[in-house]
Parts: sequence; structure tokens; C-alpha cells
Amino acid sequence: MVYAGLGIAAVLCAILAIRATRLLSAALWLAGVSALVSILLYELGARQVAVIELSVGAGLVTVLFVFAISIAGDDALGERTALPRWLAAGAVGALVILLVGMALPVDDATAEAAGGSVQAALWDQRALDVLIQIVLIFTGVLCLLGLLAETRPLVFAPPAARSVARQDALSAGREQVEPVREPALEEVR
Amino acid sequence: MSTLEIMLVSAFALVGAGLYGLLITRNLIKVVIALQIMVKGALVALVAAGQASDQLALGQSLAMTVIVADTVVAVIGLAFAVQVKRVRGTLDLRALAELRG
Repeated sequence: MVYAGLGIAAVLCAILAIRATRLLSAALWLAGVSALVSILLYELGARQVAVIELSVGAGLVTVLFVFAISIAGDDALGERTALPRWLAAGAVGALVILLVGMALPVDDATAEAAGGSVQAALWDQRALDVLIQIVLIFTGVLCLLGLLAETRPLVFAPPAARSVARQDALSAGREQVEPVREPALEEVR
Repeated sequence: MSTLEIMLVSAFALVGAGLYGLLITRNLIKVVIALQIMVKGALVALVAAGQASDQLALGQSLAMTVIVADTVVAVIGLAFAVQVKRVRGTLDLRALAELRG
């Protein structure tokens, strides 16, 4: 009963996050989904993952969303959608019905939390996963630094416009025509 | 319904809600939100499957990998959205599509 209540509440929060017109409201509903999912995971016995999900999913990611929305602006895009709503709802409904039909019923033989520690599973069985996680984190940091660096918008004049500008300068009687400077790579970065 | 079945239905519903948002939204930041919701569904399904197969520790370790990848995707997606807004002045995916067939 508790599981069903938590699951329904998480799905409701997800639907409200999708339907919210303001981005900030959507980010806060997403934080609600994360919090409810972490409670669900805790009730299932996955305590380490629940704590990480609560701190990262509901904490860090929400702060990142609020930060990004405050920079990019919370502009509503109106009622037009990428696909017609009836088409998207039909496709998603068919997919969910197909998934439920394929997966259920399940033989739930073991309802108790199984033994074995997460540390042993991580370091002994899934060592490659840990390595990939570290690489992912560094990749994310590097991409973030590259993307958030202050850049000038890249506006390059076409070659024809440059030659016309040079001709104009020559006809104006300047002795030394200043060459059109190409933006250096360091400047762009 | 058993616990595992309730978990699986919740996970499928979360994936469906995220996919619906992914299909209808035109806002770049909302695309990241929809992706996050889909990943939450995958997370619940992973842990529930680990518990049902008597390998909860393995399910948790896989869920941790998913959380890390999901966070990196969110960070890069949001940074990309901020840069797109700076350069192009909009977050509308339709307005960003330059190639039209």
C-alpha cells in the first residue's frame, strides 16, 4: 500500500512537471519526483542509492536547474507543441500497455532485501563501472567548463563583404589599409 | 499485486510520463526535465529487479552508475541550453532547427 501510494504520488508529480507552463515550477515538481523516488528506494531496502538520489537528484540537480533557469530566463513558449497531444498520448499509452503486458505478472519469490554489500559489488564486480563513472564525471566537468566559458558570438563576414570594405577604404585614400583581423582561437575561447 | 509488480508499473508510468514530455515539449530545458523523469523510472526498475532477483547490491551499484550518468547529462544539457539562449536568444527547438526538408 505504501509502495503504491509513493508510486502514484511520483507519477502525479512527473505529470505536473511535464504540464507546468513555468520552467521553475517544472524544476520544483521534478525535485518532488526525486524525493518521492528516493523514499521509494529506501522502502525497497536500497538505502545507499536512496541517499545518493536524494542528495544528487533532489538537491544538486534542482539547484542546477534553478541556476540555469535564472540565467536563461523563464519564458513560456505558448501552447503549441512539437507533436499533437493526442498522437503523443496514444503512442506513450500503447508503449506503457505493451511494457506492462510483457513484464507482468512477475514471480516475486524474494521480497526480502538480499545480502551482499554495495561496496563489494562496486569494487569487486563492477570495477569497470566505477572507472567509467570517474571518466564521465571528468568529461562532464570539462564539457561544462567549455560550454560556460564567456564567448563572443561567432559572426564572420563573408569574403565578398571583406573585399568590398577594403576597396572602400582604398578609395577613401588611406595610406595603409588595416587588414581585416580574423578572430584568433584564443579570443573565441 | 506484489511489491515488484507495483514497482514495475510505477517505473513504466514514470518512463511514459517522461516520454510524453519529450514528445510534446519544444523547450530545451524541459527536454532535460523529461529525460530526468525517464531516468527516475529506469532507476526504480533497476532496484526493484535487483531486489526480486536476490541481488540488491548489484542493482544498487548499477543504479549509482545511472545516477552519475544522468547527472552528467543534466549538467551538459543545461549548460548547452544556457549557451543556446545566449547565442540564439531562444530555447525553442523549432526556432533552432536550421535544416528544413
